[in-house]
Amino acid sequence: MFDNLTQRLDQALRNLRGIGRLTEDNIKDTLRNVRLALLEADVALPVVKALLEQVRVRAVGTEVLKSLTPGQVFIKIVNDELTQLMGASNDELLLTVTPPAVILMAGLQGAGKTTTAGKLAYFLKTRQRKQVMVVSCDVYRPAAIAQLKTVAEQAGASFFPSETNQLPAAIAEAALKAARIQHADVLIVDTAGRLHIDSDMMQEIQQLHEQLQPVETLFVVDSMTGQDAANTAAAFAKALPLTGVILTKADGDARGGAALSVRYLTGKPIKFMGTGEKLEALEPFYPERVSARILGMGDVVGLVEAAQQHVDQAQAQKLAQKVKKGGFDLEDFREQFRQLQNMGGISSLLDKLPGMGQLPAGAASAIDDRQVKRMEAIINAMTPKERRKPDILNGSRKRRIAAGSGTQVQDVNRLLKQFDQIQRMMKQMRKGGGIQRLMQQFKGRMPPGIG
Amino acid sequence: MFPNPTPLTDSNPDSLFKRLKAGLARTRAGLAALWSSSSVDNTSIDALETALLRADVGIEVTALIVEQLRQTAKQQPQIDMRACVTAQMLRILTPSTPPLTLPTSDKPCSILIVGVNGVGKTTTVGKLAKQFQTQGCSVMLAAGDTFRAAAVEQLQTWGERNQVPVIAQTMGADSAAVIYDAMQAAQARCTDVLLADTAGRLHTKSNLMEELKKVKRTMARQNPHAPHQVWLVLDAGTGQNALQQAEQFHNAVGVNGVIITKLDGTAKGGMVLAIAHKLQLPIRYIGTGEAIDDLRRFNAEEFVHALLDPA
Ligand SMILES: Nc1nc2c(ncn2[C@@H]2O[C@H](COP(=O)(O)OP(=O)(O)O)[C@@H](O)[C@H]2O)c(=O)[nH]1
Ligand SMILES: Nc1nc2c(ncn2[C@@H]2O[C@H](COP(=O)(O)OP(=O)(O)O)[C@@H](O)[C@H]2O)c(=O)[nH]1
Ligand SMILES: [Mg+2]
Ligand SMILES: [Mg+2]
Repeated sequence: MFDNLTQRLDQALRNLRGIGRLTEDNIKDTLRNVRLALLEADVALPVVKALLEQVRVRAVGTEVLKSLTPGQVFIKIVNDELTQLMGASNDELLLTVTPPAVILMAGLQGAGKTTTAGKLAYFLKTRQRKQVMVVSCDVYRPAAIAQLKTVAEQAGASFFPSETNQLPAAIAEAALKAARIQHADVLIVDTAGRLHIDSDMMQEIQQLHEQLQPVETLFVVDSMTGQDAANTAAAFAKALPLTGVILTKADGDARGGAALSVRYLTGKPIKFMGTGEKLEALEPFYPERVSARILGMGDVVGLVEAAQQHVDQAQAQKLAQKVKKGGFDLEDFREQFRQLQNMGGISSLLDKLPGMGQLPAGAASAIDDRQVKRMEAIINAMTPKERRKPDILNGSRKRRIAAGSGTQVQDVNRLLKQFDQIQRMMKQMRKGGGIQRLMQQFKGRMPPGIG
Repeated sequence: MFPNPTPLTDSNPDSLFKRLKAGLARTRAGLAALWSSSSVDNTSIDALETALLRADVGIEVTALIVEQLRQTAKQQPQIDMRACVTAQMLRILTPSTPPLTLPTSDKPCSILIVGVNGVGKTTTVGKLAKQFQTQGCSVMLAAGDTFRAAAVEQLQTWGERNQVPVIAQTMGADSAAVIYDAMQAAQARCTDVLLADTAGRLHTKSNLMEELKKVKRTMARQNPHAPHQVWLVLDAGTGQNALQQAEQFHNAVGVNGVIITKLDGTAKGGMVLAIAHKLQLPIRYIGTGEAIDDLRRFNAEEFVHALLDPA
């Protein structure tokens, strides 16, 4: 729906061009648009209200430079406020205590606590060379203990066994003791999922907290969560002295407004993002990226990252030129596919690539090696003229291309749709100040080994 | 084999209702004021809009409901707002509440359970097994989640609780093959219902969606009518993304039933309205807890009532 918030805002602020200053009156419509965008992104209503008030206060009186549109200026303010609200990037885990440092996992059912416990164990072991022990206090969900055991084995962490007929408190006590004896650096305590309105279960985790005195109490939250994020985050923060939040399942296409709600209502930093089911799929949290995604600009970020990582510098320059001038055609599109395949196929890159979930659904589904090959075949079957001017592709041309590439007309249409999407993104980038600046902005945010 | 689709009886019909309402506290305050005012003005419309948005109804359907209310109010300013909104919501839900008819002769009736990660698929399979058994059907489970750690053990536990057989292979096995085996086993044993669990997958991952399509094709090879039902499980806590999930799963494997879980929390599951409005998918069941009996047939009146009732 919000393909391009900047565009919408520009429209709302169109009459402003030349006026030179944002005022209470002339931003009213625009504020309403931002409100819709935030709601559509699942930011909780009370948080939307608070944020808009901040934006309003900051925006009024702001001058609009000649080179920019009011929409751009405004979106920058919104983006800045959002980013600021999100807090600093990449907060580390605070583990500088007499070992074992205890990490307590908390959250609703199915949020991803057990998986994330495994990911953290793997992260601490591989990145920080910590001796990690994990234990499950989930005596309710069938096979929850077995699940953690499997994950611990995969992560190379030691697993402290527990049984469903034990009390969570007894399990925690025994595990803490064992961690001390075995000189574990870190003890990660997984817990059962619980509803914040289940007072018995909330009391149980409060007791666990009391007993374990964890250095990190992490609230695990599903990034697809809707308005209810406000209720749950507030309740968990009230019951437990949380130290941080982990946002899971960020590899999907949810806008992730829950991140903002949870951050705002708990006041705690988001420390990591889960971006897949595998153990390695844990990334530091980058507030800029998530706020861009909430505002519906994440696709740009994804594209810029993809461009930066896969295209060599000379190519990038060429691409940047094209993007600037708007001459990106199907030939260039095909060149992109070729580059990707040179890098060993896109699927091998996917795991390592941050923020791939930020590509729009259509583009993301294109990221499948077989599909990439098929798309290249389709472009190969076109005439050079067709590649430069895809507009001329009528029904009969499409049928010929489909036959020539061994595909269906609908495949050809899909490719054209994706191409169109990318072109629109590029247009957006041109408006936003060009690919160069965006690339600059995202430099240095790549995980080691890429880019 | 299947009794008429009369709503399943709950041992304690009040409890669900109470639980559904438990989380509506804040919305309630706003709505209470709203329902007691007899005229439709900007304040009451704002309160309604806020309540709907906070229930995850989403912008589109909220705007639709508000607009219709405005239109109605124009003609008759003294309307019963509550009745009016309720009627609109029920109208949206009507196409999504057709009776459930399952085949009586084509055994086993196979039901494929799909959805994104952690929504409650496996738990729902366990609960459904109980419901079908209570209706006098024999049930078998297929452990089609061969990916997530201990997913097979989890389903096996549900099998034990229900005392029904679970067909499973090792972790990493081909999901389609496991379910195919299970269909053969169910046929050999004249089982009435086969419930096939699958791994959670985000609807954006094309390779995983392809895998699901393959599961469906493989089932159809055993029996051209299989799977007889494909049920999508959605977490009531999910926001606007639920619509994308429904769309993508529907595109991939043709969903003909939706199950909303975790309605025992404070999430109101308003995106059901958006899904009904956009896709008209039948809403079949709601999950209201982690226990085996915490599953009920979806009832539109009850659902709307719980969402709007200020009491
Ligand atoms: N795609 C994706 N799936 C995830 C992520 N984190 C967890 N999951 C999946 O979500 C489901 C529930 O996770 P689990 O750890 O069992 O949740 P818990 O109930 O909170 O312990 C499982 O299918 C996990 O594989 C993530 O970051 N991305
Ligand atoms: N409160 C509540 N929890 C549920 C409900 N349905 C499932 N769960 C819990 O959600 C978590 C994930 O469920 P599971 O069946 O493993 O999800 P799957 O990954 O989709 O198979 C488990 O902790 C379940 O106990 C429900 O209706 N209410
Ligand atoms: Mg768990
Ligand atoms: Mg499962």
